[in-house]
Amino acid sequence: MLHALLIKGTFQDSVTLMLLSRDLSALPGVKSVAVMMGTPANKDVYRETGHWHDTLAAATPNDLCLVVDSDSGDPAIAESMAKQVKARLAELARGRRNAGYPVVRSWRRARQLLPDANIALISIAGHYAFAPARQALEDGCHVMMFSDNVSLEQELELKTVAAMRGLLVMGPDCGTAIINGAPLAFSNRMPPGPIAIVGASGTGIQELASQIALRGGGVSHALGLGGRDLSEHIGGMSAITALGLVANDAASRVIVFVSKPPAPAVKARVLEAMQAIGKPVVALFLGERPTRCDIGNVHLVRTLDAAAALALELANMDTLAGELPSVARQGICGLYTGGTLAAEAALLLAEALDLASDAAHADGYMLRAAGHRIIDLGDDAYTRSRPHPMIDSSSRNEMIRRLSDDTAIGVLLLDVVLGYGAQPDPAGEVARAVTALRAARGDQSPIVAIATLTGTAGDPQDRDSQAGKLKEAGIVVADSVRTAVLLATRVIAAKAPAVGAPPALLCAKPAIVNVGLRSFADDLHANGVQVVHQQWEPAAGGNERLQRLIAQMQ
Amino acid sequence: MYETLNQANAAVIAEIKRARPRLLDVKPAKECIPALNEGYALLHAGPPIAWPDMTGPMQGAVLGACMFEGWAADAAAAESLAASGKVRFLPCHDHSAVGPMGGITSAHMPVLVVRNAEQGNYAYCNLNEGIGKVMRFGAFEGEVQTRLAWMRDVLGPTLSAALARIPDGIDLTALMAQAITMGDEFHQRNIAASALLLKALAADIAGSDAGVEAQQEVLRFLGRTDQFFLNIAMAYGKCVMDTAAKVGDGSIVTAMTRNGRDFGIRVSGLGARWFTAPVNMPVGLFFTGYSQDDANPDIGDSAITECLGIGGAAMIAAPGVTRFVGAGGFSEALEISEEMREIYLDANPMFLIPTWDYQGACLGLDVRRVVETGITPVINTGIAHRKAGIGQVGAGTVRPPLGCFEQALEALAAARGLQA
Repeated sequence: MLHALLIKGTFQDSVTLMLLSRDLSALPGVKSVAVMMGTPANKDVYRETGHWHDTLAAATPNDLCLVVDSDSGDPAIAESMAKQVKARLAELARGRRNAGYPVVRSWRRARQLLPDANIALISIAGHYAFAPARQALEDGCHVMMFSDNVSLEQELELKTVAAMRGLLVMGPDCGTAIINGAPLAFSNRMPPGPIAIVGASGTGIQELASQIALRGGGVSHALGLGGRDLSEHIGGMSAITALGLVANDAASRVIVFVSKPPAPAVKARVLEAMQAIGKPVVALFLGERPTRCDIGNVHLVRTLDAAAALALELANMDTLAGELPSVARQGICGLYTGGTLAAEAALLLAEALDLASDAAHADGYMLRAAGHRIIDLGDDAYTRSRPHPMIDSSSRNEMIRRLSDDTAIGVLLLDVVLGYGAQPDPAGEVARAVTALRAARGDQSPIVAIATLTGTAGDPQDRDSQAGKLKEAGIVVADSVRTAVLLATRVIAAKAPAVGAPPALLCAKPAIVNVGLRSFADDLHANGVQVVHQQWEPAAGGNERLQRLIAQMQ
Repeated sequence: MYETLNQANAAVIAEIKRARPRLLDVKPAKECIPALNEGYALLHAGPPIAWPDMTGPMQGAVLGACMFEGWAADAAAAESLAASGKVRFLPCHDHSAVGPMGGITSAHMPVLVVRNAEQGNYAYCNLNEGIGKVMRFGAFEGEVQTRLAWMRDVLGPTLSAALARIPDGIDLTALMAQAITMGDEFHQRNIAASALLLKALAADIAGSDAGVEAQQEVLRFLGRTDQFFLNIAMAYGKCVMDTAAKVGDGSIVTAMTRNGRDFGIRVSGLGARWFTAPVNMPVGLFFTGYSQDDANPDIGDSAITECLGIGGAAMIAAPGVTRFVGAGGFSEALEISEEMREIYLDANPMFLIPTWDYQGACLGLDVRRVVETGITPVINTGIAHRKAGIGQVGAGTVRPPLGCFEQALEALAAARGLQA
């Protein structure tokens, strides 16, 4: 039998009430207890779940509705549950004293106490979330909206206002963000690192971050967008803003982007924004099979773990690239003794730089375009009446030597094939040739040499000692052709486009006004983040007439 | 009318900050308040109320005043006079006056004379009787009458004589600024201010032409009456808030008071209009032998202190009494004062509170903020027994009904021609 009563004028957030409902339902003498605010949506829930009681008809959104299902026909059970509700809410309020951070009731007061606040973290019921978000934006604060059930029109309005003011709106329905180690809402404690995450989904961001940490990496920031940002309607407004922020952030050297496949027009816009960034970007449009994986600095992957792995590799590569001489805008020359290695290098380079591979393969040219060339020295053109270059390196040495005059070439890609049948010291041969080439070109005309090693530690030549010889000669040893090509394209990339001013949002630990769920403020405070908690209630007790009057009375 | 309410409120706040009330004299009420000279007239606390609607403490005080003035020989005669309709009951607030609890003030009772040195207006309040069986809580016979007579014949004249020796009287702002750093919030706790007052007056009491016996009695009375300064703080509040009301615009509350039945507020932009709603029941701690069931509903003009931004709003200044008023420990007091910051517009540069990191006390209670946030001011209060004649049974806190503020907001909107 259902019993119900209203506790008038007692606003509580839904999470608190859910916990309360759960605890009270476990008490003896009741089958279930459902405590919710009397919003129209919640009243529907009561109806749909068979908990409707006519007492609820009079409830306003500021009245706490209590419905008790019990075998007992005595309505006093509702009274006794109401007593429990009040006592537990009072206990909760007491337990929250001495939080270590200020607790206020209005945005105005929050800003008085935290004038440097730059983010509003909003987690109140979606029906109410728009107004405080809008107020925060008008007050110059970025917004993270954990709240869901915000209308598309409201989302668009918030993001339009934000765009005009150079502010970021993460969400609605944004579960996760990390800014300079400050955990916003559902997030992980991450080691700092060079990888910035921009993501439309909370768990996507969390799993990426976790995969990065598992591999020993760390993140600079993680920015959320909300699930609808990349829809046709919103047009990726927050995505574009977020990409712009991390682009200008010195601590973010590699960017990982994760979302469901965006609307086609939006995808084009987002990819364009990614390409305009002078930093490597790993993009995962989950659910899409990329037909082209590398588009200049943008690398498309299919899974979260692949995204994390590649991001780490690109971060390491970025560090390495920083130590190499400047060869921006110069050509890449690949001199391969192995045909398949040449073919893979040509294929990947063509894809990354959007070039046509050489279909005819004349004279072993696997690619010859835009000043770049990849040559298979095992081609018939080079082995006619001469031993294969894996046995005799003289033909490749000669071609390396000829690069001394070819100063348009800035990167030399090489392979070193070990094993039975191969010559006894191929790395030594390459090292000597490259050293001679460098000497001939002089310091004015540096060349970056990148070699792959095919072979194992058990081979007669010993992979490790061969690698050592290459490194000693200043040759970068790449673990794979793919890595070699990624590095090559990275070092010839034009210098990063002029970056804007460093974004204030990402330069320091944020200062946050937390509007809604109290535990978010606790977590921020525990992480040394300045936070003020705004205990939110609808203005004027939800009386819209009074709200309208007050709005005019300033 | 100012262009915006914010501008109007800025002007009101400027007036509040400018006010410098001084304690000049103690005189019979009839010399200060003309209305008390005509027939049977009594001042009472709160918005207007008729005899049958008064609660016990106020009715008891009315009987006491009728007997004190010699209008009735005993309680029964006093009651029939009060019920006869011959006595005019006038709100203190309409006569530049305030009175604690019942607020009953009659022609021959001495009143404190406070004058604002800047804006020139006066405010009056009767004298604190001390604790125990006292008229303000509705006791009216025996020792109550004896004390009232002594206050009329000895205390009043002696204080008057002493004050006459002090040029321009006592600067109350300076005295209160000192007392708030000593742990007074001026509603529940006035022990520091009372001691400072005694310190300021002692030599001139001794130097007055009152007899030695009178001097000793007065000094002893002041020495043991910890809440003596409450009535002065109330007159101070009334003096300041009347200058705020004179601006004639804005949304700042200029009076908060209770008559035991209704809570009434006045607002700077709405003149002498009362906005009333039924009072709440104070909650707090009770003297042994009494309980919440004995409590009279909220009563008295003393909420003028909270109107100014001291009292409950300055709870954090007085850690010594927070537990007594049922407000818990220090952190709870801090929470209360922090909450009050939401509804007051400014901070009082005169009253800096050390325990609040030297922030100024609250100032400028705004109707808009109260309605918007749903936060009503916390009022520290004594609790009277609901029956006449028993007196104080406890102390605690109470909040005004939100309805007064909502009505005032509607009226302000109407005055400005705003449509919802």
